[in-house]
Amino acid sequence: MSAASTAASRSAAMTVWPQLEPLLPLVSKPIQYVGGELGAVVKDWESAAVRWALMYPDAYEVGLPNQGVQILYEVLNEQPDVLAERTYAVWPDLERLMRAHGVPQFTLEAHRPVGAFDLLGVSFATELGYTNLLTALDLAGIPLLAADRTEAHPVVLAGGHAAFNPEPIADFLDAAVLGDGEEAVLEITDIVRRWKAEGRPGGRDELLLRLARTESVYVPRFYDVDYLPDGRIQRVVPNRPDVPFRVRKRTTMDLDAWPYPKKPLVPLAETVHERYAVEIFRGCTRGCRFCQAGMITRPVRERSITTVGQMVQQGLEYSGFSEVGLLSLSSADHSEIGDICSGLADRYAGTNISLSLPSTRVDAFNIELAQELSRNGRRTGLTFAPEGGSERIRRVINKMVTEEDLIRTVVTAYTNGWRHVKLYFMCGLPTETDEDVLQIARLAHEVIKAGREATGSKDIRCTVSIGGFVPKPHTPFQWAAMERPEVIDNRLRLLKEAINADRSLGRAIGFRYHDGEPSLIEGLLSRGDRRVGAVIRKVWENGGRFDGWSEHFSFQRWVDAAAEVLPPLGVDLDWYTVRERGETEVLPWDHLDSGLDKDWLWQDWQNALAECEQDDCRWTPCYDCGVCPSMDTEIQIGPTGRKLLPLTPVRGLRTPAASPR
Amino acid sequence: MRRAGVPVAYSQGFTPHPKISYASAAPTGVASEAEYLEIGLREEVDPTELRLALDAALSPGLDILDAVVAGPGSLADRIDASRWRLELPGVEPDVLRHAVSAFRAASEVPVERMTKQGRRVVDARKAVLSIDVITPTEAPSEVGGVPCAILEVVVRQVTPSVRPDDVLSGLRVVADLEPPVPPRATRLAQGTVTAQGEIVDPLEADRDGAAIGER
Ligand code: B12
Ligand code: SF4
Repeated sequence: MSAASTAASRSAAMTVWPQLEPLLPLVSKPIQYVGGELGAVVKDWESAAVRWALMYPDAYEVGLPNQGVQILYEVLNEQPDVLAERTYAVWPDLERLMRAHGVPQFTLEAHRPVGAFDLLGVSFATELGYTNLLTALDLAGIPLLAADRTEAHPVVLAGGHAAFNPEPIADFLDAAVLGDGEEAVLEITDIVRRWKAEGRPGGRDELLLRLARTESVYVPRFYDVDYLPDGRIQRVVPNRPDVPFRVRKRTTMDLDAWPYPKKPLVPLAETVHERYAVEIFRGCTRGCRFCQAGMITRPVRERSITTVGQMVQQGLEYSGFSEVGLLSLSSADHSEIGDICSGLADRYAGTNISLSLPSTRVDAFNIELAQELSRNGRRTGLTFAPEGGSERIRRVINKMVTEEDLIRTVVTAYTNGWRHVKLYFMCGLPTETDEDVLQIARLAHEVIKAGREATGSKDIRCTVSIGGFVPKPHTPFQWAAMERPEVIDNRLRLLKEAINADRSLGRAIGFRYHDGEPSLIEGLLSRGDRRVGAVIRKVWENGGRFDGWSEHFSFQRWVDAAAEVLPPLGVDLDWYTVRERGETEVLPWDHLDSGLDKDWLWQDWQNALAECEQDDCRWTPCYDCGVCPSMDTEIQIGPTGRKLLPLTPVRGLRTPAASPR
Repeated sequence: MRRAGVPVAYSQGFTPHPKISYASAAPTGVASEAEYLEIGLREEVDPTELRLALDAALSPGLDILDAVVAGPGSLADRIDASRWRLELPGVEPDVLRHAVSAFRAASEVPVERMTKQGRRVVDARKAVLSIDVITPTEAPSEVGGVPCAILEVVVRQVTPSVRPDDVLSGLRVVADLEPPVPPRATRLAQGTVTAQGEIVDPLEADRDGAAIGER
């Protein structure tokens, strides 16, 4: 059913714009397909030695702001002989028209057919983009199965957090990269450049072999998976002698040496985030046991206050954004966060620039920082993430905050002028009971009561936001059983009733939640093995697209596909989701090395069940999670003791002569 | 504006807005060579420098052609009509000529349009000051081989506005004209219409010297 991209093979440099343009008036939000953003780079096709198409497999409005893609795009395009263009998922209305008119998946910069590039790098922040990958491949005229591809097709390469277990999409991928991409894409580029210059010796197989030999590019076809009669994996082993048994993640050290994005993309269409985002550090060692991001991005590597200041200055000047986001997994933990916040607030006082810190730490320091940032403008929302409703469950997940601390913190926010705070929780956590979840209602009531008392006002609110827990690979909860959607939905109903049991308090509490069903499918995809690939394909064939969007996601479609595909293989949806795994079971991602010691993870899982906490190695001695020695990395933190100096304000029009672009 | 360093004035209030207003912006999906906007400034700037700075800050294809210091009166008062060019690939010029005659002959051409409030009927005829099939001096690009009829229409600014696609709907109503592929519309000019049917550039009045009546 491939929308053949004959155009692609005829002339690689050819643009599909003439065929695409007449279709655009017929689709919603056509501007998302035209490109031409500030920051976009159009290069000459013929003079590029290596050509990358980078994809974020979701709609433009979500994909464009993605930091990972923006960073890699810039890093690659800075190389004189490398060309990188972007492509995003097209909505079903355009997909239909593209199929009808034979228009292939295209890039935004020069509207070139994706099938003509050397590499298609896809960034998976979440597993819910898998069906969109299949749409893009099919529209590009690239065979869905890696085994069916020839030298004429791009190497399809996955990256991003979900690539730490790419097994469910292994059949569709030529390769996957675990971890940070800055250096990885350059190394891959070198290998492709050399192979092409040598006249492509050994064809596609040789290229993939060269990539695999780096020991940090995973090429699924070089590994065989054997299964036990009961459906569990017996082993995953290389099927040739010259590839490594385990593939290692990449870690970019010294973030000051990689100050990207320098020239952020500025969208022409509306997107979810329109701001200059700067990562103030990578990695997190707080050790929340559900958090895959925290586990797989260790160790902590800070960007210095000086670099952050410089990036913000240049990023704003270049982009014209009026909002700055200081990103990381736990921004308040930066060793110089106080100085960063006050320094930036000073610098941008009296301008229209607003600063935000997506911090979730539950303590008064968080409020101090938020206050500092809102000094010169509007007050952004304040969010706390205790994640668990009861102290017991918070010990299980290692997110320690006492009830008194939580209430005191929220009340401090109210007394400092915030009228509304958001509280994030999870439902479906290991060992969770109805009682743990009902504690959320009690907490919310206490928060409102204490807040009313402290402020003497009825005009305060909180929103309780509940996300479904999904066990992720490379975390202590990778062995845990998921809870069934019915149980989750019932808990959420009980919680809602409990919140509204007191009419007066209930009125001040907003309640937002996700149903249990999508989480179950996320669970299937996150801990799936290669057999799950057939489910993804079936769902896609039955119309599955944009699974991250509730209006497009169909639970039934996934259930039906799983029921059709999995039982003949001796497993089923339950087997992947609500089943607890044992200590000795071979997990689908055991051959993919995140640096975490499996024994340490198991011990941490046992500690979770025993309700024991684990400290943060950022402040306390190393507890041997395994990452630093095995990856040859180390914690990189300040303080540097430096401060941000005031900026000399630039005034006047910036005409081309004054600021060449 | 921020990239170009334009000292835009902001409205007062809790959520200040930059003082930028567009006069009769073109609808989505059409091209334009004549869009106008007014910017309120905090301080005086040189119009030529403003033009250069803004043009450099914008994406390729979004070009700033001219800037003048606004005289009295609002921009909206200086725009009462647009000239549009409609390219209809796959349509024979004679077929189009026939449809245009039927359109001209009609005193009223009601067409339906989807709006946010649902379907509504507008008259596509009355706002049309002139409608002509033109013979191109050169064939439009990218349609080689296929016939392509070209239409120029001058449409008066009315409420609700009559857009190029309404005129095309009108041609369908009067003569069953069904272009095989979506036509391409380009706004060529906006301004006030003279008795001869010429469109006067709204910036004309504020250009150097114009105020003292040299032109
Ligand atoms: C900003 C953000 C968002 C924004 C913007 C998303 C966007 N368009 O980028 C919004 C609000 C939209 C969002 C939504 C969601 N998010 Co979010 N988000 C973040 C946040 C705070 C920053 C992400 C980021 O920019 N990181 C920095 C960049 C540089 O890292 P990166 O993208 O991973 O890229 C690097 C590498 O992975 C690699 N790489 C990436 N792609 C590729 C590709 C190739 C080919 C190669 C070789 C390498 C490579 O190279 C890059 C540079 O080193 C993170 C937390 C965090 N600090 O990481 C959460 C986070 C990524 N989000 C998360 C989640 C769960 C979601 C949602 C699913 C939430 C939901 N339930 O709806 C949605 C999914 C949306 C979607 N469809 O993609 C989780 C991911 C969970 C996990 N894997 O365990 C995170 C980690 C937060 C958390 N701790 O729970 N998110
Ligand atoms: S190895 Fe030690 S220092 Fe490094 S991240 Fe793990 S616990 Fe922290």
